[in-house]
Amino acid sequence: MKKVLALLLSSTLMLALLAGCGGGQTPPPATTDPNAKVVHIGVFEPSTGDSGAGGKQETLGIQYANSLTPTVDIGGESYKVELVYADNGSSTDKAPTAAQQLVSKGVSVVLGSYGSGVSMAGSDIFKNAGIAAIGISCTNPQVTQGNTHYFRICFLDPFQGTVQAKFATEKFQAKKAYCLAELGNDYDVGLVNYFTDAFQKLGGTVTSETFPSGTSDFTSYITNAKNAGADVIFAPCSISYATQIIDQAAAQGLAKPIMAGDTWDSNKVVEAAKGKAVQIYVSTFYQEGGNPEFDSGFKTFLNSNSTNLNNNGGNDMISAVSAMGYDAYYVALEAIKAAGSTDSKAINDAIWKVSYPGVTGQIAFDTVNGDAVRKTAYIKTVNTETGVWDFEKEQSVD
Amino acid sequence: MQTVLPYLLSGISVGGQYALIAIGYTMVYGILRLINFAHGDVFMVAGLVMVYLSASLPIYVVIPLVLAITVTIGFIIERAAYSPLRSAPRMSIMISAIGVSYLLQNLALYITGGMNQMYPNIPFFTESVSIFGATTKRVTLVTPILTVVLVVVLVWLIKNTKIGMAMRSVATDYETSQLMGIKINSVISFTFIIGSFLAAVASLLYFSNYTTVIPTSGAMPGLKAFVAAVFGGIGSIPGAVIGAFTIGICENLIKGLDSILIQTGIIQQGLGLTTFSDAFTFALLIVILVVKPTGIFGEKVTDKV
Amino acid sequence: MKTSSPLSKQAARSRVPEIITGCIIVAIYLLVFVLEQVVSPGSMLFSVLKKGATYALVAASMNLLNGFTGLFSLGQAGFMLIGAYVYSIFTIPVEVRHSVYQYYDGGIIQHTLPFFIALILGGIVAAIFAWLIGLPVLRLKSDYLAIATLGFAEIIRAIFQWGFLGPITNGSNALRLFPNFDSMNIRQGGDPSAPVSIYFSTTSAFIIAGICIALIFMLVNSTYGRAFKAIRDDEVSAEAMGINLARHKMLSFVISSFFAGIGGGMLAMFMSTVQAKNFTSGMTYEILLIVVIGGIGSLTGSIFSAFLFVACSEWWLRFLDNEMFLTPPAKIQFIVVAIAIIAAISLLTYFRNRHASPKKRKRVYLLTGIADVLLLGWLLWFQFMGGYQMPLLRNGFRSVVFAVVIMTVVLFFSRGIMGTKELPDLIRDIGRSGQNLYHWLCGKRGTGKSLKGGANDV
Repeated sequence: MKKVLALLLSSTLMLALLAGCGGGQTPPPATTDPNAKVVHIGVFEPSTGDSGAGGKQETLGIQYANSLTPTVDIGGESYKVELVYADNGSSTDKAPTAAQQLVSKGVSVVLGSYGSGVSMAGSDIFKNAGIAAIGISCTNPQVTQGNTHYFRICFLDPFQGTVQAKFATEKFQAKKAYCLAELGNDYDVGLVNYFTDAFQKLGGTVTSETFPSGTSDFTSYITNAKNAGADVIFAPCSISYATQIIDQAAAQGLAKPIMAGDTWDSNKVVEAAKGKAVQIYVSTFYQEGGNPEFDSGFKTFLNSNSTNLNNNGGNDMISAVSAMGYDAYYVALEAIKAAGSTDSKAINDAIWKVSYPGVTGQIAFDTVNGDAVRKTAYIKTVNTETGVWDFEKEQSVD
Repeated sequence: MQTVLPYLLSGISVGGQYALIAIGYTMVYGILRLINFAHGDVFMVAGLVMVYLSASLPIYVVIPLVLAITVTIGFIIERAAYSPLRSAPRMSIMISAIGVSYLLQNLALYITGGMNQMYPNIPFFTESVSIFGATTKRVTLVTPILTVVLVVVLVWLIKNTKIGMAMRSVATDYETSQLMGIKINSVISFTFIIGSFLAAVASLLYFSNYTTVIPTSGAMPGLKAFVAAVFGGIGSIPGAVIGAFTIGICENLIKGLDSILIQTGIIQQGLGLTTFSDAFTFALLIVILVVKPTGIFGEKVTDKV
Repeated sequence: MKTSSPLSKQAARSRVPEIITGCIIVAIYLLVFVLEQVVSPGSMLFSVLKKGATYALVAASMNLLNGFTGLFSLGQAGFMLIGAYVYSIFTIPVEVRHSVYQYYDGGIIQHTLPFFIALILGGIVAAIFAWLIGLPVLRLKSDYLAIATLGFAEIIRAIFQWGFLGPITNGSNALRLFPNFDSMNIRQGGDPSAPVSIYFSTTSAFIIAGICIALIFMLVNSTYGRAFKAIRDDEVSAEAMGINLARHKMLSFVISSFFAGIGGGMLAMFMSTVQAKNFTSGMTYEILLIVVIGGIGSLTGSIFSAFLFVACSEWWLRFLDNEMFLTPPAKIQFIVVAIAIIAAISLLTYFRNRHASPKKRKRVYLLTGIADVLLLGWLLWFQFMGGYQMPLLRNGFRSVVFAVVIMTVVLFFSRGIMGTKELPDLIRDIGRSGQNLYHWLCGKRGTGKSLKGGANDV
């Protein structure tokens, strides 16, 4: 009986707490204008988990764009753009509820996510709610395949894999490659697969291995790479594993180049490689210096606030995903303008026709899957002495 | 030999680190009959403390501080989460341990903001050295030596000191020792202190080698160390150490098995056996439980009716 | 019936709680169905209800094993994984298999089963695995059994991720595009692209979970259930009473795994993608905590706490993860409400522990005191120093609060919400205290237990 009483009492308390906080959920007084019309854009990004660092950098790009252009004109009226965040935790089992969270908040369009697996996991929820999503750096083809609501502004893995294979054979005359992927990570496994295809077509041989999630001991994998006599190592995994792989490769004195995809374009990787005898090459969407105006503006934005700086990994180096996030925001605004309403269906239809000159290049979508048409990737390498990214070359296929 | 040596080296190294964690499990289990699921997370917390302290303090100040803080955390956990449940059913106290583990992981997630933390370089440990043609970090070689030294000290402590005697007595018969005037609570606290101290040392060694700390860093090493403790016969310290080295070596050999088999020409194509590097540990556990449930060095326990 | 002996009268009266329970259950189903038609389908409510129903089933299945049979198993995630994989492998439409099994040429299984057959098949396969695993490990004792089943769950996970089984399991890659709960909605003319005419997705989750839990409930109240409880209470005497230990343990283990497998299939329907790496021991721990919060040995408790757990972790506490700015009046409001809550909880703990043993009382009072001082100090600091941003609130805080609440339950309310009571017992209790209240109001002595006496039996 007492238990029932306690239960009743605690549920009343719970309600009181919710009510109390419900009352408190108002934004700071300076920015509230009760009459302003608002359009909500969902930010579906990981801020925790293996891809947390990348997701935060992508979000920073979106936030920077939002700080520059906080309103959008719809049918002659100015609407305030409000970003709604949901953390998908880098994991496919948390992604659906995070997506549902955005849907229940009534967003008109969704940006994200960093990581292909979580994008696919959230995809159905957006589809059922009739909301379009614009992928920023999810490069796996399956994200947009066979649906009309998921778009993306980056290149695809078949392209990226081919670029890497070509670069490996041209630059290093590589004949043998060792590929390393995380088990169950769609991004890694997909990219390794396309790289393998392309590399074998160019006459090379590939040894592939996978490691379980949460691995921190990469010594044996590096040994395997040595034993396989690989000329290059292709390890397009999450940043948290990247730093370990670099560290172990340096510790074991592995003199072969390590190549990876766009995930490795992060200051964490530079930090890990600085002062060590390793060669790292990554393919990516944007090279710092590509648009000086964006670069300087974004750096000011990062330095203006310690949280921003922290979220960027502690320094003001610009990641390609930030530039992509910045572009994605403007693509979404273009679509909202073209749709002339905040209705998610209308926006979905409008995205197909958007063409926008972004800092990472011209963005337009193909008519089949809604993928951005991109022809080149940038290859960067870590300068281990100064600890910055050096531009290697612009690589395209054919 | 040249093929297998690098795997053996990393196996021995990681085995030593598991051993230090496993001792904490085996001692606590020996006395309280509790699988302290939070032990692996204490190990992770020690890593995080190191990361945060070393941002502002010199390394030779930080290391003793890390050891002290970890020991305090271990002590507090025992007092707050386990000692109130001393007379409760065994399942409750195990659930409490799971709850503590959940709490520590979530707390770590909150404090780090979900970002991976880079472990600081400990100057002597992290330099590369070459041994029989295999290059590795110096910590790989330091680990087994340090482990053996610590274990010898610990065994001596348990054999020859008063508190060690009390621990052995409590492990043999909880109730009778209480009747004999042994202060059970301080013995248990002391056990947790030793366990946490060794976990902190293990974290220094482990994270110097594998430099990233994340909130779940402790989960897998913790489980594996526990398996090592069961393998060697729970309650037995030499057993835990031997079990840990066995598991560390086997695990790394599995990771390299494809490569070794290909090099020796037994198979042409990889079998993807690396997938099983974690699962193997558990397979080993089940085999040992079925064949000899008390482990290699365990004593037969009779059921009291 | 006019000639009523005292016995039959008693029997007739004790039926009332069961009838009320039945009515409540029917009412809940109707409510869910109606809500689904009325409320916007994008609401978090349905997400929570679907996941809650799934977790309720899995928690009930775990309770059957841990609470009713006393076998401490931590393999639930492994059996859920099997159920989820079997369900999704057999329900992916043939025409999209090529895109799901993109690295394995569409996989080798090219048949599709109706969803409910696939669900049951998932349960059966999980049960078969359980039987195989049970042969060696069920001989082990409590903690060894726990760690062995945990190990098996990890092994199962690795097997399903193995590249060599790729043509069946899609390796470590996600399985997708199989029918999920939203496919249960009834659409105009049965055309999958037509607008929904009757929403049925949440109700269908409730129906599947409801049937399974009802079966578990019936099992628990059968002779087998009594044998299970006898084994839980004392293995040696149960054996002496002629209960075949090995057989009953195995039965409980297999049945529990069967329902965990179905729960896994439901989880697949909820998540709409299945990937082995998500079925970690963390998932098992979550379910175990649900069982503990609900009360080990109470199915009602498991169900109730599953919904509570999911709602708190996915929905109600989400606001703790977002940075929040307060207006000056809201700040005062927050502080007042917070102080009221702290005061109420402290008083509650004070009254609850008034009659506890001096040692426990001292400890509880000390802990409450420390917590009070810390919280009040923090609130004061917030009032006088910290601007208008709610302190502490940022990503991850939700999980911390949640974990603290769980620890509190584990340490101080170790019997959980329901103890070992089921819903009818609860209604009986409420009825009894209502009766007491009535008698008390009328100035008569109660015939049932007095309020004070009732308090002690909890």
